[in-house]
Amino acid sequence: MDDVYVLGAGMTPFGKHPDRTAADLGAAAVLEALDDAGVALADIEAAWVGSVFQGMAMGQRALGDGGISGIPITNVENACSSGSTAIWDAAMSIRAGVYEVVIALGVEHLTGQFRGAFTPDESDIEAQRGLTMPSVYAMRAQRHFAEFGTTTEQLAAIASKNKRNAALNPLAQFKKPVTVEEVLASRMIADPLHLQECAPVSDGASAVVLVSKAKRDQLGRGRAIRLAASVLKSGRKEVGLPEMTFEDLTHRAAEEAYAVSGIGPEEIRFAEVHDCFSIAEALRVEGLGLFPRGEYPARVVKGEADLDGRLPVNGSGGLLGKGHPLGATGVAQVVEVVRQLRGEAGDRQIPGAKVGLAHCRGGKAQGVEGTACTVNILTV
Amino acid sequence: MSGALPVPAPAVFPETAPFWEATARGKLLLSRCEDCGAVIWYPRPLCPACGRPRVSWVEASGRGSVYSFTVVHRNAVDGYREAVPYVVAYVELEEGPRVLTNIVGCDPEAVTIGMPVSATFDDTGHGSALFRFRPA
Ligand SMILES: [Zn+2]
Repeated sequence: MDDVYVLGAGMTPFGKHPDRTAADLGAAAVLEALDDAGVALADIEAAWVGSVFQGMAMGQRALGDGGISGIPITNVENACSSGSTAIWDAAMSIRAGVYEVVIALGVEHLTGQFRGAFTPDESDIEAQRGLTMPSVYAMRAQRHFAEFGTTTEQLAAIASKNKRNAALNPLAQFKKPVTVEEVLASRMIADPLHLQECAPVSDGASAVVLVSKAKRDQLGRGRAIRLAASVLKSGRKEVGLPEMTFEDLTHRAAEEAYAVSGIGPEEIRFAEVHDCFSIAEALRVEGLGLFPRGEYPARVVKGEADLDGRLPVNGSGGLLGKGHPLGATGVAQVVEVVRQLRGEAGDRQIPGAKVGLAHCRGGKAQGVEGTACTVNILTV
Repeated sequence: MSGALPVPAPAVFPETAPFWEATARGKLLLSRCEDCGAVIWYPRPLCPACGRPRVSWVEASGRGSVYSFTVVHRNAVDGYREAVPYVVAYVELEEGPRVLTNIVGCDPEAVTIGMPVSATFDDTGHGSALFRFRPA
């Protein structure tokens, strides 16, 4: 199997883009990634495009606007993991030796469509109970409180950390640090989660150019980052006992990524994880085995996940600070890891970063633990 | 003070019709696998534990305890927007499964994990009722 490298990365600012279309945002990310990689439009052999609510043929529209057409284009929908699933597909095509230069794009334009929280499918037997996405995670937080003694203040510290990091990221939706007190003073959405602990509705796009080892050697730019593992898993069927504080889905994806790459959790220097809510970040890093189960929120208060801490988490600002344009989120995480590993992360640079991990997990469908989860491990 | 929770009619499919008909009579049914004995929630025609199709209905006691909960303060959906604050909870039934539901009939702030609860049925007026729980 062939090694896979990220040669180029591009990303639009995340936030509200009322004057731009999804296709326009996608094209901008693609062109930046191509330019960063130093490859031409005609070099791209195939493309995978992740989005959730953009309708039919999002990929053809965005890539067409960017000047790419005629090649195989596959549209990917896998809830919040759509973009990172596109990376998984693209990487697999190189591993299989089918292509040498491919692109994965994630794109979403949401602010015209949604104002508030997402609700589950109304045909589910448990629909019509007033369940919202924040309330799903609020119930998981309450269990974390009951089982491990986690507190509201500790969760607020996770949100505060990510907003502080976002203020150092020029592409982030939120530009202003937010204190723990300000998080706690923001409107209660679903107890114990406040407004500042919920990811915003966002627009944006992000793209990566993936190449084979031969192409990396040929293009010889010295900026390629190795994709040491790219793993996709889906949630297992639940017979009737939803597990609330341990993520089997995240755990299984991580275990395979560690096995495939030969890189264990103790070697991960920093991580971008799917913090759709403050409690979600704790569930992710504990499921990934990066922090002991039940201890993450208390360790955030001690600064262990800060940019200058033992294992920085969501140095980009995460979904809470950088924004969460669903289909673009998983690709943007990999863009951030690439920039950190190249030493291009500016004010939020993690010194000596050599190994980073990106985790993206999407959705909740009736009867399964989660829709999809990806773990990507990247190294210099 | 919050408004009453809405009671819209559920989407009923052939596989779940017996379940909803029972709710109209104030009974909560669970599925049970005849082959492996798994108590199945939510009801479906194939056992998710063993994959076999011999699934039958059993009546639940309607008793359980709060496994987790949240007091919802914001929901943009019509009917629920006006009902805040209200409680969404997972109730662990005596028979094992954890079901997603509402806790009603008490102050939202009084709900705690482990609290004993029993089923109550809100008639939709369309031959079905929404199962919710109140303090036992
Ligand atoms: Zn069975």
